[in-house]
Amino acid sequence: MIKLSRYVLYDIVRSKIILGYTLFLLIISFSLFQMEENNSRAMLSLLNIVLIVLPLVSLVFSTIHYYNSYEFIELMASQPMSRTKILLSEYAGVSISLLSAFLVGAGVPVILFAADATGFALLFTGCCLTLVFSSIAFWASVMARDKARGIGLVLLLWFYFTLIYDGLVLMILFNFSDYPLEKITLLLSALNPVDLGRIFIMLQMDISALMGYTGALYKDFFGSGTGILFTASIMLLWMVLPLWLAVRKFKKKDL
Amino acid sequence: MRISFFIVLFFSFSCHARTIIVGANESCHSLKQAIIIAKDGDTIQLKPGNYKEGSIILTKSLTIIGENSPVLDGENKYEILLISGNDITIKGIHFRNSGYSALNDFASIKLVDCNKVTIENNSISNAYFAIHVSNSAFTVIRNNTISGTPTSEQLTGNGIHLWKSNNALIENNQVKGHRDGIYFEFVTFSAIKKNLSEKNIRYGLHFMFSNDDTYTSNTFRNNGAGVAVMYSKKVRMEANHFEKNWGPSAYGILLKDISDSYIIHNTFLKNTVGIHLEGTSRMDIQENIFKENGWALKVQASCEDNDFHHNNFTGNSFDVATNGTLMLNKFDNNYWDKYEGYDINKDGIGDVPYHPVSLYAMITEQNPNALLLMRSFTIQLLDRAEKAIPGLTPENLVDNKPLMKSLKL
Repeated sequence: MIKLSRYVLYDIVRSKIILGYTLFLLIISFSLFQMEENNSRAMLSLLNIVLIVLPLVSLVFSTIHYYNSYEFIELMASQPMSRTKILLSEYAGVSISLLSAFLVGAGVPVILFAADATGFALLFTGCCLTLVFSSIAFWASVMARDKARGIGLVLLLWFYFTLIYDGLVLMILFNFSDYPLEKITLLLSALNPVDLGRIFIMLQMDISALMGYTGALYKDFFGSGTGILFTASIMLLWMVLPLWLAVRKFKKKDL
Repeated sequence: MRISFFIVLFFSFSCHARTIIVGANESCHSLKQAIIIAKDGDTIQLKPGNYKEGSIILTKSLTIIGENSPVLDGENKYEILLISGNDITIKGIHFRNSGYSALNDFASIKLVDCNKVTIENNSISNAYFAIHVSNSAFTVIRNNTISGTPTSEQLTGNGIHLWKSNNALIENNQVKGHRDGIYFEFVTFSAIKKNLSEKNIRYGLHFMFSNDDTYTSNTFRNNGAGVAVMYSKKVRMEANHFEKNWGPSAYGILLKDISDSYIIHNTFLKNTVGIHLEGTSRMDIQENIFKENGWALKVQASCEDNDFHHNNFTGNSFDVATNGTLMLNKFDNNYWDKYEGYDINKDGIGDVPYHPVSLYAMITEQNPNALLLMRSFTIQLLDRAEKAIPGLTPENLVDNKPLMKSLKL
């Protein structure tokens, strides 16, 4: 399995797309830290990249990679290897390359310019989201019949997680504003990995505002040991669950 | 009769002179005794030791100086020192364990109807009220260290409490662990300088019906609700630091029904709300630093004619929030780090006006739960749309001359 992941990794590195992604992150992060007068604004822009661009790249890259290496997967499936191993090593190859691209591209500048709690929260969230969204992409690719449908599905999912979902939450908050919604909003935030990551970073960045109003409740919850455990386990669930569904489907799929 | 006469005579001889020394090995064993035999203008010197004398009442013009901070212990029962008189100085004494009473405001040092009393270099611990001043003039409270053991708002008194006084000077004190660090009610023409007030349950400084006062160079940190200035006129607030006042109703400064006052050169760092203004008018708010606050300013619609100019706003989650669409205040020449305009003629002033209230700030004002959506992509899009076509945010709340670079303050 490790051997197979290594081949996948070689293949990805040869294609240079991941190299381009690394350079893109590196240039953007460096120029943000150079351009802005104070680091907090640069961190804000980086936050947007982590919450918007990173899921998109992870989703689209993983999907395209899956379809591009479809013939390779078919070849491997003809060998005496379990399908679970084939898919998992594909996932490992893709996620490791995306992760290292993120850690080099954004991690190095953050550690150089803003190595504080906010910076590390940002990196942690970025890593989690990379893993989560490549997992979701694998599930979507296994589900969809061809490349076009796969990419379409993945884009839809990206749209849903980054944009539509928060709109829906806002709608719920306003329509049911007469009811106590504190617990519900906590639950709602868990249903979207992007939101979960965002709140995790916000706890470092906007602590002053979060202490106000019912905000203190969120701070108490997410800042406590249980809260951190909750965040971590939900994130883990978001990584494992789509991958597990993908493997289950892939095992029975007519290739 | 004759014997008691001789005793008095004896003491007046032994402690005669102008300095009376009190100590375990001296002829005078107790402070009470010394006060009885002292005459106006005398000095009482208190040797190191632990004095448990219940309530001491002082009405003569004396100077009481403690040597190596002797302890006056109230045994959790008594009000330690009650002063009512003129030209009195209390220096270098440690007041400990004053009593608690639900009916009386027991204090470690209580001043009633005084004139020119100086309380200096003392430390006060475990008190209900630490220093309680009423109906006094020209009181000086300087270099005292006051620390309480906070329990609840009802069971803890104020650190330095002034009621109906004038021309007081509160300088260089450290107050922590009380209900309100410094409390002013009906106090006029007074100054609060260079004090540190932290970790108090309610307000670091509580100010009511007190006109013509100044407070400068104080630090208010980590107080339950920050600083409140209410129902007053002509107050100068200068060069103070307001830090880390966190909580659902914590403010750097809470202004309620204030007018004709100045807030200049202050630093607001990491407060939930920097300044909250309610029913406030004709304020001059300039050259302040608002950094990393939840809300830098909350300006309620009931405020008018306030002038916010030459302030720095950096790293705040929200710059300004308001609860209505009416805005009768002026914003000019401030630096906003969220400003995205340009400056073609290079005069340092942005060519596009800046609207400091975002749509999202209005949303959270109505629906606090929406705080959980902060910095979300959806919210950013909504904010941008509102900036392009303003509809819901107050259009008069605008800085027409936003600065391109931050001011050096």
